[in-house]
Amino acid sequence: MRFKKPKNPLEGQGKSTTHSARHTRGSASVRSEEMISASTISCDRCKKILSSDELDSTKYICPYCRHHFQINARQRIYMITDSTTFIETDGDLIPHNILNFPGYEEKLEAARLRSAEPDSVVCGTCEIGGIKAALFVMEPFFMMGSMGSVTGEKITRTFERALVANMPVVGFTVSGGARMQEGMVSLMQMAKTSGAVKRHSDDGHLFICVLTNPTTGGVTASFAMEADIIIAEPHALIGFAGPRVIEQTIRKKLPAGFQRAEFQLEHGFVDNIVDRAQHKKYIAQLLQMHRREKA
Amino acid sequence: MTTVIETIVGKTTRNELAAPETAPITAPYEKVSAARAQDRFTSLDLINSIFRGFVEMHGDRCYGDDKAVVAGIAYLADTPITVIGIEKGHTIRERTMRNFGSAHPEGYRKALRQMKLAEKFGRPVICFVDTSGAYCGIGAEERGQGQAIAENLMEMMTLKVPVISVILGEGGSGGALALAVADEVWMLENSIYSVISPEGCASILWRDHTKAREASVCLKLTAEDLLKLKIIDRIILEGATMIEELQSQLMATVEAYRVLTPDDLTERRYQRFRNNG
Repeated sequence: MRFKKPKNPLEGQGKSTTHSARHTRGSASVRSEEMISASTISCDRCKKILSSDELDSTKYICPYCRHHFQINARQRIYMITDSTTFIETDGDLIPHNILNFPGYEEKLEAARLRSAEPDSVVCGTCEIGGIKAALFVMEPFFMMGSMGSVTGEKITRTFERALVANMPVVGFTVSGGARMQEGMVSLMQMAKTSGAVKRHSDDGHLFICVLTNPTTGGVTASFAMEADIIIAEPHALIGFAGPRVIEQTIRKKLPAGFQRAEFQLEHGFVDNIVDRAQHKKYIAQLLQMHRREKA
Repeated sequence: MTTVIETIVGKTTRNELAAPETAPITAPYEKVSAARAQDRFTSLDLINSIFRGFVEMHGDRCYGDDKAVVAGIAYLADTPITVIGIEKGHTIRERTMRNFGSAHPEGYRKALRQMKLAEKFGRPVICFVDTSGAYCGIGAEERGQGQAIAENLMEMMTLKVPVISVILGEGGSGGALALAVADEVWMLENSIYSVISPEGCASILWRDHTKAREASVCLKLTAEDLLKLKIIDRIILEGATMIEELQSQLMATVEAYRVLTPDDLTERRYQRFRNNG
C-alpha cells in the first residue's frame, strides 16, 4: 500500500514532497505542520509522533485522535476507486492569466510544482464497489483548491458527461473558494457548475458530495451544497465565510467547533459524518441503493 | 404610486434620482467609490421609479423576514412583474435596519420563494443587486448561507420565466450572484461587480488593505471591463434619462424573452453561463 504523491519531474532533488499547509494562510483551514514524506510526523491535533508507514496504512488518519490529515487528489482517488478503474478526463486543461492579474503566472507555477497537477481538480470516471460513476476530486495543494475557470469547466464537463452516460457523480471538495486572480470569471463558475448539477439532477441522477477540510466560499455556495447526499469528514471546516473574516466582521471570538462538520450536522446541512476509512464502503453502498435498472 | 414602501423611503421622484450632468467617471476606484456612495439611489428608489403599484411581500416561510432583501409584485407598464432587490437604505437608521444591504440566508430564501411564485403565475422576474456581499456572521452560517446561495444558483438556472438582473451599485461576490443568474445581466454605468472587495484583494495580495485603488484595477470590476469579458450584457448610462432608459429596455427585453418556450429560455440561460471561462 503506497499513498505517496506522484513524483513530479519538475521537482528538484532537494525539494521534498513536504505537505505543510502554507497555502492555508489567509484561508479557512487550521494550520497544520505535518510533514508527510518525512519518516515521523507529529499529529496536529494530539501532537503524538507517528511514523509515515503507519499513516500510510491508516489512510492518513491519526490512530490516536482520528485527526484526518490533508491528502492530495491522487491519494484520494486511489483510496476510493476500484483498482485500475479510474480514467482521467480533461487532464490537459491548463489555466491562463486571462485578466493579466499581477503575479498569477508565478502562483500557478508554484502550485503546479507543489501539487504536480495542472489545476485544482482531478476528474474522470471510475468504478466504486463495481458501480460506474463520474468522479471529481479537488486538490488541496493547488492554491488551496481555489476555483478558477478550468476548475469550473472540468467539474461542469464531469456532470455533462455523467448525464449523457447515465452515471452518478461522486465529488470530493476542498477549497478556499473562488480564485481571486481570475476575478469575475471565477465567480461565474459557481453559476456554470450549478447549472450542470441541476441538469444532471433533473434527469434523475445521483450526486454524492464529500466535504473535506476545508470547504468554504464559492464552492460551499455552489456544487458542494447542491448534492443529493452530503457527507463530511470528521472535524472538517465547512462554511461560506472563513472564520477569520467572520471574527473581523463581528469583532468577537468564534465559539469552539464553529463551522466544523459536527456543527453542520447539528444544523442540518450535512447528511452524515463519515470517517475516511469508511468512505469507499459507505459510498459504494449508497451507489448500490440508487442503482437504476439497465435499459 | 401609493405604496407602503414609499412612505418609508419617501419622496424619491424621478427628478431627484437623476444625477447632475458631470464628467463621466473612468478610473476603477472612482467607480468603487461612486457605487458605494451614501447618497446613491438604492433598489427601492429604482423600483418605485420604474414600476408602479409595488406591493411588498415578506418572509421566507422558514425562519424570518430579512429586511436587506425587498421583494414583491409591481407593474412595468401593464405587465405584472416580480421585483426583488437588495436594499441598503439611506439614513443611518434605515441602513442599520437593512443590515447595510448584506443579506442573511433568509433573504436569499425569501427571494427564491418569490421567484417560485413568479414561475407559478408566469410573471417575469427583475432583480436589483446592491450589496457588498452576503453577510458574514454566526447566525448566517448557522442557517446555511452557503446552502441558501447554492440553492438560488441552481433554481434560477431553470426558472421557467424570464429573469433580468440589474447591478445598480455594488455587486459583491456570491451574495450578488445569488440574484444574478439571469437571462440578461445589466450594470449601471458606475456600478461594480467583483469576486472580492478591492480591500480584501489588496490585503491578500500586498497585505495592505489601503491599496484598494491598485487592486480595483487588477480585478476588472467595472461595467466596461465586464462587458468586454461577456460577463454582463448591457451597460445603462446614469443621468437624466436613466429611468426612462431602464423602463424601455426592461419592457423590450421582457417581451423578447417572453415569446420563448420555457425549454428555449432555460437552454439559452444555461448556455449563457456555460460559455463563461
